[in-house]
Amino acid sequence: MSYEVHVAPGDEPQDIQFGGGTDHGFPLWEVFIRAKRGLSHTHVGSLHAPDAETAIQNARDGYTRRAEGVSVWVVPSTEIVASDDADSMFEPFEHVPYRHPTFYEIPDEVGQL
Amino acid sequence: MDAPTEQEQGQETFDAVIEADEKVEPRDWMPDGYRHTVIRQMAQHAHSEVIGMQPEANWITRAPTLLRKQILIAKVQDEAGHGLYLYSATETLGVSRDELQELLHTGKHKYSSIFNYPTLSWADIGAIGWLVDGAAIVNQIVLQGTSYGPYSRAMVKICKEESFHARQGYSIMMILAGGSDEQKAMCQDAIDRWWWPALMMFGPHDAESAHTAESMAWKIKRKTNDEMRQMFIDQTVPQAQYLGMTIPDPDLALNEESGHWSIGPIDWDEFWATIKGDGRLNRERIAHKTKAWDDGAWVRAGATAYAAKQAKRLDKSA
Amino acid sequence: MSTVTPQTALATYIVRHADDNVVIGQRLAEYVSRAPELEEDLAVSNLALDHIGVADHLFTYAAKIEGGDCTGDDLAMFRAERQYTNLLLVEQPHHGFGDVMVRQFLFDAYQLPLWGTLSDSTDDTIAGIAQRAARESTYHLRHSSGWVIRLGDGTDESHERMQTAVDGMWRFTGELVEADDLDRQMAAEGVGVDPSTLRDAWESTVDAVLEEATLTRPSDPFQTSGGRSGMHTEHLGPMLAEMQWLQRANPGLSW
Repeated sequence: MSYEVHVAPGDEPQDIQFGGGTDHGFPLWEVFIRAKRGLSHTHVGSLHAPDAETAIQNARDGYTRRAEGVSVWVVPSTEIVASDDADSMFEPFEHVPYRHPTFYEIPDEVGQL
Repeated sequence: MDAPTEQEQGQETFDAVIEADEKVEPRDWMPDGYRHTVIRQMAQHAHSEVIGMQPEANWITRAPTLLRKQILIAKVQDEAGHGLYLYSATETLGVSRDELQELLHTGKHKYSSIFNYPTLSWADIGAIGWLVDGAAIVNQIVLQGTSYGPYSRAMVKICKEESFHARQGYSIMMILAGGSDEQKAMCQDAIDRWWWPALMMFGPHDAESAHTAESMAWKIKRKTNDEMRQMFIDQTVPQAQYLGMTIPDPDLALNEESGHWSIGPIDWDEFWATIKGDGRLNRERIAHKTKAWDDGAWVRAGATAYAAKQAKRLDKSA
Repeated sequence: MSTVTPQTALATYIVRHADDNVVIGQRLAEYVSRAPELEEDLAVSNLALDHIGVADHLFTYAAKIEGGDCTGDDLAMFRAERQYTNLLLVEQPHHGFGDVMVRQFLFDAYQLPLWGTLSDSTDDTIAGIAQRAARESTYHLRHSSGWVIRLGDGTDESHERMQTAVDGMWRFTGELVEADDLDRQMAAEGVGVDPSTLRDAWESTVDAVLEEATLTRPSDPFQTSGGRSGMHTEHLGPMLAEMQWLQRANPGLSW
């Protein structure tokens, strides 16, 4: 599709290095929306705004145009602390099967358990 | 035997994720080429949405009814919103939007060729919704399956919003096609000018598309240019026939056996000229975008200064 | 299609507010794709949509009251400057973001109490439209006043530009709270609002925001008006010409 880099016949592809920029704009905020009562807030994306009040308003305009939200949280992206997903912290706890209900055999006659 | 390096471990996990049709997420290890390609493609997709606001915004003040005016504003607003989602997805890979924008303003980054064409009549607004958004939808539906998580999720969100865009365009064409002689002529003229550029949106033929194999292997790209172009042609020709309009292609023919429509030759000189920056309105589009950014410098500086002052005031009073 | 003019007092009154909203909506529409940031393009198009939506509802209602073949679009598209009855403030052009936000703020400070009061109109349709418009105005005022403050109290340059914008729009603010016989008649019937009763609310909102923005009222006390009787500035004509051209060039067609 035409969002890709098209290299005209006979041309050399351009190499653009990223990282480091002249940051003239507003800081980045992450946006979390509660779609409706009863649900928790989920991450929907990010936006740039000078302050929290603008970020909240922009989040409403940017992420709830089709009534997808009743509550908005915005957090400066720099405040997000992320786990290292490659860390063994999240390897499946296969050696603790007794945490799963299927580990236990319960006779059907006993009913709801 | 040595323990696997972080690189080898990363590559193994990455390959397994791609193989299993799972998503690559921002903090995963990924090959430099993959990162680079995904950043570039998402950024150009975002730039396309933002530049794409211009040809349609051109007709908001002249929309023929208040309803059409509202619909057009809503559509252009959606495009701004889609740009927002896509820049947001791109920034997950550690580049800033301002950096990307500078690359757009200086011509190093491109945007979809289609937005370099002018909107010269109200029927163009119909043609854009029907043909241009129609083509974009074919691509975007396929891109929902792209391997980079944030890009895929942005595509799902965009696809939900996009279907009204094509319908509002086609509804304009239906009214014009059933209207006065002037309206019918306006409708046909718009199709004559937008059909071929819409086909070019899908990019070069597969044989001339340098990066297709690599992008397909990484599952960034899920279908080839020609495959998607054919999907678009097959769905659109009957829609033109329903309007009673002609597709401007004397070689257009239905292959009864395959059920596919075959087309005449695409003018690739026009496509490459546009990509190089010499299309009809490349200079105007970038000038408009750059002016908006430059004109707003004092606003961004003012708001930033105020935010800093407020932070100080809160510190003092704490 | 020849010029369409409302004949009844009620329709004439409604059309004033429709005109205000379609004109400011059109001005905001001109600004889409020109804002200082992408998020602000989203916000401005949202404002434009709200105003044009309100105008659409009001024009449609006025057309219904007039009866016959007249439609809301006829009222919007087939009246020229001398028949348009919008306030002079909303037809003022902008030369940048500062103008857009100051014009918006001064108008929002009037719209909010206006719609608030009209929410209790004895005319159910007007009350319904007003209730929705009041909710939208609350948001608009928050947005526009936020920018006035941010930029008034930002850098020296932003402060100066905002003061210039306030100075430039000030002479159109008196008209916001002027009343004429039609206003008084509609207010007496419980249908409409006498704008002079909105003065205190407008002044207290505006003064509070200007103060927080470190901006001042201009010293020149000059005020001008005439919009409600079709005596406009020279800015409305070209704006209407652009807005109405397609319909006037091809009258009687469907779009």
